[in-house]
Amino acid sequence: MEHLDIIESQTIYILREAFNKIDKLAILWSLGKDSNALLWMVRKAFFGHVPFPVVHIDTGKKFPEMYKFRERYTNDWQLDLKVGTCPPVEEMDPTLPPAARSAARKTAGLKAMIDREGFAGLLVGIRRDEEGTRAKERVFSPRGEQNTWNFRDQPPEFWDQFKTDFGPGTHLRVHPILHWTEIDIWRYSKREHIPIVDLYFSHNGRRYRSLGDQDITFPVASAAATIDEVIDELQHTKVAERSGRAMDHESEDAFERLRADGYM
Amino acid sequence: MPFEWAFLMDALQAERDQGITIDVSHIHFRTPVREYVLIDAPGHREFLKNMVTGAAQADAAVLVVDAREGMQEQTKRHSYLLHLLGIRQVIVAINKMDLVSLAQNRFQKLSKDVRHYLSELGLDLQHTQIIPVSARDGDNIVTRSIRMDWYEGPTLAESLDGIQQPVSVLEMPLRFPVQDVYKFDERRIVAGRIETGQIRVGDTLMFSPSNKTARVASIEAWNARIQPVAARAGQSIGITLDEQLFIERGEVASLVANPPTLSNVFRGRLFWLGHAPLKVGNRYKMKLCTAEYTVEVQEIERIIDVNDLGMRESQEVERNAVAEVVLRARGLIALDPFDYNMLTGRFVLVEDYDIVGGGLISMEGYADQRPTGIKSSNIFMVEHRVPESDRWRMNGHRGGILWMTGLSGAGKSTLAFSLEHYLFQRGYQVSVLDGDNVRHGLCSDLGFSPEDRVENIRRVGHAAVLFARAGFLVITAFISPYRADRDRVRMLAPGLFHEIFIEADLETCEQRDPKGLYAKARRGEIDEFTGVSAPYEPPKLAELQVDTMAHSIEECLAKLTDYVSRTFVVTK
Ligand SMILES: Nc1nc2c(ncn2[C@@H]2O[C@H](COP(=O)(O)OP(=O)(O)OP(=O)(O)O)[C@@H](O)[C@H]2O)c(=O)[nH]1
Ligand SMILES: [Mg+2]
Repeated sequence: MEHLDIIESQTIYILREAFNKIDKLAILWSLGKDSNALLWMVRKAFFGHVPFPVVHIDTGKKFPEMYKFRERYTNDWQLDLKVGTCPPVEEMDPTLPPAARSAARKTAGLKAMIDREGFAGLLVGIRRDEEGTRAKERVFSPRGEQNTWNFRDQPPEFWDQFKTDFGPGTHLRVHPILHWTEIDIWRYSKREHIPIVDLYFSHNGRRYRSLGDQDITFPVASAAATIDEVIDELQHTKVAERSGRAMDHESEDAFERLRADGYM
Repeated sequence: MPFEWAFLMDALQAERDQGITIDVSHIHFRTPVREYVLIDAPGHREFLKNMVTGAAQADAAVLVVDAREGMQEQTKRHSYLLHLLGIRQVIVAINKMDLVSLAQNRFQKLSKDVRHYLSELGLDLQHTQIIPVSARDGDNIVTRSIRMDWYEGPTLAESLDGIQQPVSVLEMPLRFPVQDVYKFDERRIVAGRIETGQIRVGDTLMFSPSNKTARVASIEAWNARIQPVAARAGQSIGITLDEQLFIERGEVASLVANPPTLSNVFRGRLFWLGHAPLKVGNRYKMKLCTAEYTVEVQEIERIIDVNDLGMRESQEVERNAVAEVVLRARGLIALDPFDYNMLTGRFVLVEDYDIVGGGLISMEGYADQRPTGIKSSNIFMVEHRVPESDRWRMNGHRGGILWMTGLSGAGKSTLAFSLEHYLFQRGYQVSVLDGDNVRHGLCSDLGFSPEDRVENIRRVGHAAVLFARAGFLVITAFISPYRADRDRVRMLAPGLFHEIFIEADLETCEQRDPKGLYAKARRGEIDEFTGVSAPYEPPKLAELQVDTMAHSIEECLAKLTDYVSRTFVVTK
């Protein structure tokens, strides 16, 4: 089997485990390249269907292109879309640095959505190669009552046997593309013709490597205007994928604190 | 903390603060030969579960040994686990050579220790490189160490590039564990991943442990330009069958000629990660591929001392220890010995909410219990014309046997007839086989000697299975005092048999004595009366336990009806 087929098959296996084992399951859709690819594989795993709600936590600060994209594919792919709103930044932990504090709104919006809908499991399209603490994640990652991530004592996970039993009050984050890399996602998106928000491609010498909120995400210098050029660029670049995400760089452990508190 | 190279992977603040790795990290890199995922696993004993999590995903391992400390117990434990996890390609890096004056004789001494231990483990040392390195200074990592010019072997990077790709699982017999059955549209798709072998449209598949067969009608794919006609190991697929078999997650599809072993007992070589020790008599949920079973620890045969690879006996397996145990389940399990198929020959145990151990299966000393000749028997012909699943759908419930066992006077008949009445009122196909009634006809030639009791239960068991296969819910109410007899009935139809322990102690039953039998037995007027002059063996792994001492008849009945609706109802 080819590399992309191997990692795709693994993702489908995880998706089917989650669907079988978790009663109230939902998928997080950030509209970015990773969650689009994930949603695509959901449709493969379930033969054209998306058999659970698709959640978009809307900070209200997304790019206009993203809202347009959301509308179009919610329709085309017949998604059961649930949009969650986020509280104002003033309500967030004031000890966090500014960008992280802004990003924390998303966690709060997510928690509210989980409480409201009673989701027992969430499919989240994070990858290990994005960032150091994500590199330490489990595929089935249990979260405590307050959505917290107890990274000091994670469950064992081997032989594709995941933690599928969990006590009341806890829920699971399931990470079906943890083993993918940024370039894998691009090669796969190309192969499968997965639609992608145009912001990822170069305009006036800049493009977004990673899409977050408008106020805390910055484009990188790049001439890559097509998917082939993006793949080519990634083979040579030494710039980190999330370099345009302000919250990752504010302090040594800002991102870790966000994640421990329930950020994706 | 001054800067450490390890901070690259020790991403957690707690790790950097303490200078130790707590959990596994993955990092990608590339050499001119190929791409790698480096899985950094922690060394400390308390994080063994994390080490296993990381190592289990690897094709090969680099074992890092501190040149000052040599082969410590923890290094040996890791070597042993690598071996258990099936990793046969190990590169050993003797690190911190700078702290032992880059001395060749120290390296040679340690190499000898390492070789000795690994060969005892059964590793093929021809492929095992042992490399002196100084990770901090880069000696023999990517570039050759000038300071250790006495070393002539490959660098670490060169040895990595020498690792062979794992062997193909294509040529092995087909194993396709059912992960789920989907009915999103008009198709009924059996989904799963092919672990080994391949599937072609038209193949006749046999599902274990249920022993049902059907042909592959199609291999389904979404967004594919052409519908596939074959699929192979590693692929997550979905198939449709030419017949509407009732199969569920956990069944393993194979070709008819080469099915997995069926057994309710097997040996496991396991590593234990639980906080509480594993003990004889404990029960755990076992997961094997997509199947789940309840197993009981029948025996702890030996504990393996990783230090000298010696064996000792013990009644308990402590956290982080390795042991050989015998596990027993209620029904038949479809499995393979690990030596035969490593993907379907390994399992994990779950206690409460957590995975607490992993093990490799051996069938040494135990026989395959797959019923022989079943392919040519009438049962298959009946199933072909009217599939069991059709009967179930028509009735709104599955067929099955509710086998009540317990002392005379425990309440079996009372509960059996009340339950029958209750279920009948609600449209169930249900019938009671009662001990006293059967003894007037089917078994009128039998008495109460141990031999006759065995024969009695054998006949009743077969009769019950016939009813159950015809779609009925059969309730039996026999003392059935011997565990072996009940187990034998279970073996006739592992999926259909539900053992229900109607529990009341001898004292209570004797007080109730509705038929005056205990009094008679005490006076010596009845020979071999269960509980008085003949033994009763209570079930060890009953599906349901109903305590008639602590609960009223209504409460007991509620427990039974709840079990039935949870277990047998089929939506049409
Ligand atoms: N002198 C010397 N020190 C080294 C060398 N390699 C690593 N160290 C030091 O050994 C210490 C432990 O290194 P780590 O890389 O954290 O060790 P580890 O094996 O990953 O440890 P755990 O993951 O916590 O089990 C650090 O202080 C390193 O600087 C070496 O080649 N020479
Ligand atoms: Mg480390």
